[in-house]
Amino acid sequence: MSRSPRLAMLFALAAIGALAALGCGGEPAPGPEDPRAPLVVYSGRAENLVGELFERFERTSGIPVEVRYGDSAELAATLGEEGGRGRADLFFAQDAGSLGAVANQGLMRELPEPVVAPIPERFRDPERRWVGTSGRARVVAYDTRRLKAGDLPQSIFDFARPEWRGRIGFAPTNASFQAFVSAMRLEVGDERTRGWLAAIDANQPTLLENNIQTLEAIARGEVEVGLVNHYYLYELRAERPNLPVENHFLRPGDPGSLVNVAGVGELRSGARPVAARRFVEFLVGVEGQRYFATDTEEYPLVRGVRPDEDLRPLEEIQGPDVSLGALGEKLPSTAQMISEAGLGS
Amino acid sequence: MSAGGRLPLSLAVPAIATAALVTLPLAYLVVRALGGGPEAWAVLARPGTAAVLGRTILLVASVALVATAVGVAMAFLVTRTDLPGRRWWTVAAALPLVVPSYVAALALIAAFGPGSPLAGAVDSLPGVEGAPDVFGYPGALLALTASTYPYVFLLTAAALRRVDPAVEEAARSLGRSAFDTFRSVTLPLVRPSVLAGALLAALYTLSDFGVVSLMRHDVLTRVIFTQYRTLFDRTPAAVLGLVLVALTVLILVLEARARGGARPAGPPSGRPATIHALGRWRLPALAFCAVVVGLGLVAPVVVLVGWAAFGGARVDGAALLEPAVTSLGLGLGAAVLAVLAALPLALLAVRSPRGLTRALERVAYTGNALPGVVVALGLVFFAVRYAVPLYQTVPLLVFAYLVRFLPQALGGAHSALLSVGSRLEEAARGLGRGPAGAFAAVSLPLLLPGLAASAALVFLSTVKELPATLLLRPTGLDTLATEVWTETSTAAYAEAAIPALALIVLCAPVILALLGAPERRLEPGRPGAAPARRLVEQA
Repeated sequence: MSRSPRLAMLFALAAIGALAALGCGGEPAPGPEDPRAPLVVYSGRAENLVGELFERFERTSGIPVEVRYGDSAELAATLGEEGGRGRADLFFAQDAGSLGAVANQGLMRELPEPVVAPIPERFRDPERRWVGTSGRARVVAYDTRRLKAGDLPQSIFDFARPEWRGRIGFAPTNASFQAFVSAMRLEVGDERTRGWLAAIDANQPTLLENNIQTLEAIARGEVEVGLVNHYYLYELRAERPNLPVENHFLRPGDPGSLVNVAGVGELRSGARPVAARRFVEFLVGVEGQRYFATDTEEYPLVRGVRPDEDLRPLEEIQGPDVSLGALGEKLPSTAQMISEAGLGS
Repeated sequence: MSAGGRLPLSLAVPAIATAALVTLPLAYLVVRALGGGPEAWAVLARPGTAAVLGRTILLVASVALVATAVGVAMAFLVTRTDLPGRRWWTVAAALPLVVPSYVAALALIAAFGPGSPLAGAVDSLPGVEGAPDVFGYPGALLALTASTYPYVFLLTAAALRRVDPAVEEAARSLGRSAFDTFRSVTLPLVRPSVLAGALLAALYTLSDFGVVSLMRHDVLTRVIFTQYRTLFDRTPAAVLGLVLVALTVLILVLEARARGGARPAGPPSGRPATIHALGRWRLPALAFCAVVVGLGLVAPVVVLVGWAAFGGARVDGAALLEPAVTSLGLGLGAAVLAVLAALPLALLAVRSPRGLTRALERVAYTGNALPGVVVALGLVFFAVRYAVPLYQTVPLLVFAYLVRFLPQALGGAHSALLSVGSRLEEAARGLGRGPAGAFAAVSLPLLLPGLAASAALVFLSTVKELPATLLLRPTGLDTLATEVWTETSTAAYAEAAIPALALIVLCAPVILALLGAPERRLEPGRPGAAPARRLVEQA
């Protein structure tokens, strides 16, 4: 990303004392956009997945991009804490829940219909505050050395059984996991979801930081199954073709087979709304969609761009019957519920 | 500048401003926690919280205990026995200080973690049901002990050298055995130093974030960070932050009680102490030293070099240069700023001692009781509401370093001023120089070595700092420490080895310069002794 502003900051550092600093500091200049000002993106998607995409956008648009990487849920909470006083232009998130949570706090600008039109309605916010950019399925990744596909249950609820004690790994603070728990709440209610979380906790799972770490834990033999998104496997496999891990899809309609989207929304706080719009158009355009199809092994959402043929077709994966737009409303209380079950902390 | 005179305004204004500013994060954290509803405080009543507290206390207590046992044993061996290569061991035992604790943890995971060659070898042994789990309590205990025992070692070794041999000889002549003499005569004399070392180990462990996160051990710092990251209501994180501050204060109080009225041993005696012959204990003693130094220093470096060289990591020198320059810049900036901020406070406290100036200096030590994650939380909450232009900027990040590490600069500036005195400066003023001119021309050159040592301490702490850097850094700014963190969060341990080694390379020369040649520097009373002692006393 742009290097010179960072170096400039470092040079400024010697000159600025903290005492003086509390008194001064410039507001972003009003008026037309400063073309040298970077487009600030809060990215809940990992650098090794989308760093290249940002670079392509910088090259084609000439707009410098500054990215703050983190987990989607973490960045959604940060945006909430900032309450519109920060300086981010865009929120590029890993799941619909964290996008919705930010949108529900009134921090996002509405997108015009023509911009979101290429994306099917079920993959975007009904109020057009965010739009899906790629699709992904929740799966159960498993260790092919110790398990066969036939050994695995067809429902996520079966993993609460004591026979899975000490064999499961997942990332409880990860936004995609939280979105799946939100979907479970919408599908079967809070009481049953709490029961499932408690039973999973009793199974002494290995708690990891994120999806990649979860797959690594399976590959190392630390756990046998991991609750993850489908595409991380392909990224690791590109580096290590003999990775002893495979994806298992749960039965249609099961909360564990949620089809979610990664997506983007424009933030009111940003100083570069025009540049932000160009980035949204880039993501839902052919170049962005091809990137998701070929580089990250996700499902492109625009008709005409085909996913990788090794992937199970999106039409065959039937998630629970919940609206992605409803996940955002549930996210804050879902995070609380996971934390209270002893899994979040 | 006599004690009763008026306070010089040019010193009082910056001193008061600094003291006020460094209390800001704590003050705002209290405001935030009190402003939260009963739901936020309900976090205290959760059963999980009690378990977290229990784990925190257990880890702090056991690291302090083991580090003290190891540190005292090493100090006794190098000062009181005929251990072969004593001088060499004196240097080697302090050297694990160059390995940041989370780098030691990273090396442990790389060596013993699941999927590592060692774990594989253990697994393949017949009749062994898997290698023991390095994650959790055992790993955290090992990594933190290896990182903190040098504090106990350095302080205890220096104190042992100060003990007057005549006291021990008198005890022996009255028929006490060598062991009995050590237990009942020597140990009580060095107890304040041992306790000070144990205190440092305990406080270090309590505020540590990197090791417990890598080891996935849920103690307070990690839980605060997780709550902050994932919960939309961040008040519970503030409440837990205050619990962490309370624990810190509790430890400080306990240490003060245990120390009681004991004073450090007096000036060094000119005579060397009795040297005990190790006899048949020579080999076990050597093995003990080798294991300690091996775990704390050799193993981490070897493992990291191994991972970097053979772990399939892509070594990209250019990609490493930027975070290295950033770390260097932040470290230098924080060091200079901390010394500049410390000088007025120390000058007032030393040269115009009275209630107000002493209170100001004490307030400036607040940072000692504030773990990085707490400082960061307070500043995020504050900046986003009242100082938005500073939010996620380098000045605010450097200010966080100032809050945390000002005590290190203050301790150095204070003792340097005490040793220099003000007579020469008064003479210069009598010859017609103004106050500033006299200070710059006469005292400053004499103070410089002491101030440089203080700056070096702040530099070291800053480049290793993790939690405040993670939460406060500007978007897109990476340091060596955050690079290590980022790579480990995707389990890319081989990739993490490279910035970790770079961090050691950055820290090592500074620490070596501070430690100096042990025989010369650790000898108290000699001019060079101050920096080494300060390194541990203020760390």
